[in-house]
Amino acid sequence: MIPEIGHYALILALCVAVVQGTLPIYGAAVSNASLMAVAKPAARGQFLLVLLAFCCLGYAFAEKDFSVLYVAATSNSQLPLHYRLAAIWGAHEGSLLLWMFILSIWMVAVSFFSTHLPDAMRARILGVMGLVSVGFLLFMLTVSNPFERLIPAALDGRDLNPLLQDPGMVIHPPMLYMGYVGFSVAFSFAIAALLGGTLDAAWARWSRPWTTVAWCFMTVGVAMGSGWAYYELGWGGWWFWDPVENASFMPWLAGTALMHSLAVTDKRGGFKAWSVLLAIMAFSLSLLGTFLVRSGVLTSVHAFATDPKRGLFILVFLAVVIGGSLVLYAWRAPRVGLGGGFAMISREGMLLANNVLLVAALGSVLLGTLYPLFLDALDLGKISVGPPYFDTVFLPLMTPAIFLMGIGPLAQWKQASLPALAIRLRWAFGVSLVTAVAVPWLMGQWTPLISLGLLLAFWILTTIVVDLRERLLQAEGGGGIGGRLAMLPRAYWGMVLAHCGVALFIVGVTMVKGFEVEQDVRMNVGETATLGGYMFHFDGTQQVNGPNYVAARGTFRVTKDGGEVTVMYPEKRRYFVQNQTMTEAAISPGLLRDLYVSLGEPLEGGAWSVRLYHKPFIDWIWGGCLVMASGGVLAVSDRRYRLAWRRKEAAVPATAQIARPTVS
Amino acid sequence: MNRFLIPFGLFIVVVGFLAVGLTLNPRELPSPLVGKAAPQFSLPQLHDPGKVISSNDLKGQVWLLNFWASWCGGCKDEHPVLIHLAESGEVPIYGMDYKDQRNEALGWLKDWGNPYQIVAVDAPGRVGIDYGVYGVPETYVIDKQGVIRYKQIGPLREDILKTKILPLVKELQQQ
Repeated sequence: MIPEIGHYALILALCVAVVQGTLPIYGAAVSNASLMAVAKPAARGQFLLVLLAFCCLGYAFAEKDFSVLYVAATSNSQLPLHYRLAAIWGAHEGSLLLWMFILSIWMVAVSFFSTHLPDAMRARILGVMGLVSVGFLLFMLTVSNPFERLIPAALDGRDLNPLLQDPGMVIHPPMLYMGYVGFSVAFSFAIAALLGGTLDAAWARWSRPWTTVAWCFMTVGVAMGSGWAYYELGWGGWWFWDPVENASFMPWLAGTALMHSLAVTDKRGGFKAWSVLLAIMAFSLSLLGTFLVRSGVLTSVHAFATDPKRGLFILVFLAVVIGGSLVLYAWRAPRVGLGGGFAMISREGMLLANNVLLVAALGSVLLGTLYPLFLDALDLGKISVGPPYFDTVFLPLMTPAIFLMGIGPLAQWKQASLPALAIRLRWAFGVSLVTAVAVPWLMGQWTPLISLGLLLAFWILTTIVVDLRERLLQAEGGGGIGGRLAMLPRAYWGMVLAHCGVALFIVGVTMVKGFEVEQDVRMNVGETATLGGYMFHFDGTQQVNGPNYVAARGTFRVTKDGGEVTVMYPEKRRYFVQNQTMTEAAISPGLLRDLYVSLGEPLEGGAWSVRLYHKPFIDWIWGGCLVMASGGVLAVSDRRYRLAWRRKEAAVPATAQIARPTVS
Repeated sequence: MNRFLIPFGLFIVVVGFLAVGLTLNPRELPSPLVGKAAPQFSLPQLHDPGKVISSNDLKGQVWLLNFWASWCGGCKDEHPVLIHLAESGEVPIYGMDYKDQRNEALGWLKDWGNPYQIVAVDAPGRVGIDYGVYGVPETYVIDKQGVIRYKQIGPLREDILKTKILPLVKELQQQ
């Protein structure tokens, strides 16, 4: 009964979505206020219906209702409750429902935080989101229904893939989807603006916070996926350039470019057509990612069970949504105008160059991801494109981009002077260069790549220091340094923080690539291995019983210079239902290094093959991503957005408002 | 020419490739042996270990060579398809019992039915190496001249049989 309610709720949601996707857009075209007013209640109603469906599926999992095909396929009676609930998004059908649920959350958010928008704009935005959700609901109801029954019911379920039975898996997909789907808001803003023909600075100002929030989620989501691969796959790697990883990385690159391009549109009125195109691209790449993961056109460790009908549906959907938007773009964008002119050496010029580099990087990732497919389609053979390609093309593109990242914030809008910039930045460059050469040399291993990485990281940090110093000297009033710091807007601090995050990330990547050591050893009980100055004493393994697995748990005492550092317990688990063995690595994290132990295969006499890693600074990679995301959050909390959202409510007690100076 | 149409043009190209990609299977690995002479073998028969079956004996007809084992799960999945095919009599199937125990293999065929004309025993798996077997089950279509024309990795399904293997067999039989 409960699953049927969920199914029915989805059908109703589809009906509501059709209404939401048509009447308000039509109403906006003919300036009919009552038709436009449909958008808000429709979005909220749709949210409630999808929420109901989501709860119904959650209930089926919690109650172990194995008469639901999806529940029987992805859970098991021995699976603990929290993983049963996470199993909602453990496979194709349910993850689509999660996608749809998150889309409806974004719709509701837009319906609440859009009071400052003109009615027609809001109607169009919600209308476009409604059309997107029509596509996804149809997809679910036709070929991917999570509520499909299994009659007679299975006695027990086939269990969730053990790889996914992990705390990271509980939050990684929702985070990532918040990002993927969040770009649908920026997309809808862009399409609404194209439909309405009003592409101006106000449009950019409205889009910016939405884009930034989606980007923050995306950043955290991608970082968590990478962290999950690091500790769950047992190979110590943190990025594999797998098609599915690329599928999440490409919208991130497009979103990053979009944020910067919107800044120009907002402040200077330039880059309008380009911002619109990036907004379309960011969401299109999210959709493309969905297609790649679910259609089986590429081989990947993450690929969902594939079905050609599903692939065809998404491809048609993709063609309609993206193709339609790009045609609309080609039709409308020429009238948008170009905005103010600027010299190549100016903040606009640097942001444009950065944008071009980001999009080039995006294009090269896209090419590398689809290349095997292209060759196969042209019957030119089967190949796979791996990390060497991506590493080779990525570094030369990112190096100038990051170099510009240091200069951009210091350059004036419209026209900057190169010699003046050089003088302002000479100390920053000198300090970065000396440090970048000296640090690896002092650490005993100098290679050009390590120095290059550190140079870029220090360059970001030192240019931020120069920028801050100049701004503080220029800032008027406010007496002490504290007061002057407080005068700088939060949006600025957000940018500073996010750029620092990039620097931390680069330090992490550089140090790991340059200084990590690993060892594959055979260890007998009582033996000791030495790695990176640490001694690992193997005390043997013992059997441990989990709720749905049995594990061999190794004990490794780690000492350094005679002092005990930590005890590590890597496991080799065998999950009963799918009879699959999983490596559960033990990690001792630290600010300056991770120790990583994973059990390989058991050998005779209680001995094991063991992999040991010493990974300096690796946590900085994810730490850097979190700092980037917090920069985004800080930027969104800037006063100008809060003021915009409150403007309508504040209209009533207008007299009570205190005029405050705004800094921007 | 409207330069704003360029993104749309690029997108159309990508969609075209994706559409073609949908019809392809990236997991389908081409076998270097397709189009080459099937490696020769001469092995004891499962049901009568005193007798030998040799690939030379099978020339002059189109036949399927199916690698299987009693320990293999996928073989059980494809077994009904083989039985069904054997009953139709459209093409003879020869089995290759791969790295298996004789008693278990005999018991397995007794329990589930025997679709094979003759089963050869490849206990050490040497013939499997010659044929480049990735894993059981695998099925080869071999023509009258003893040339491999098709290789199926993994279990046979009715749809593969209908759309790929049987049309090929008919064509080869007419040659």
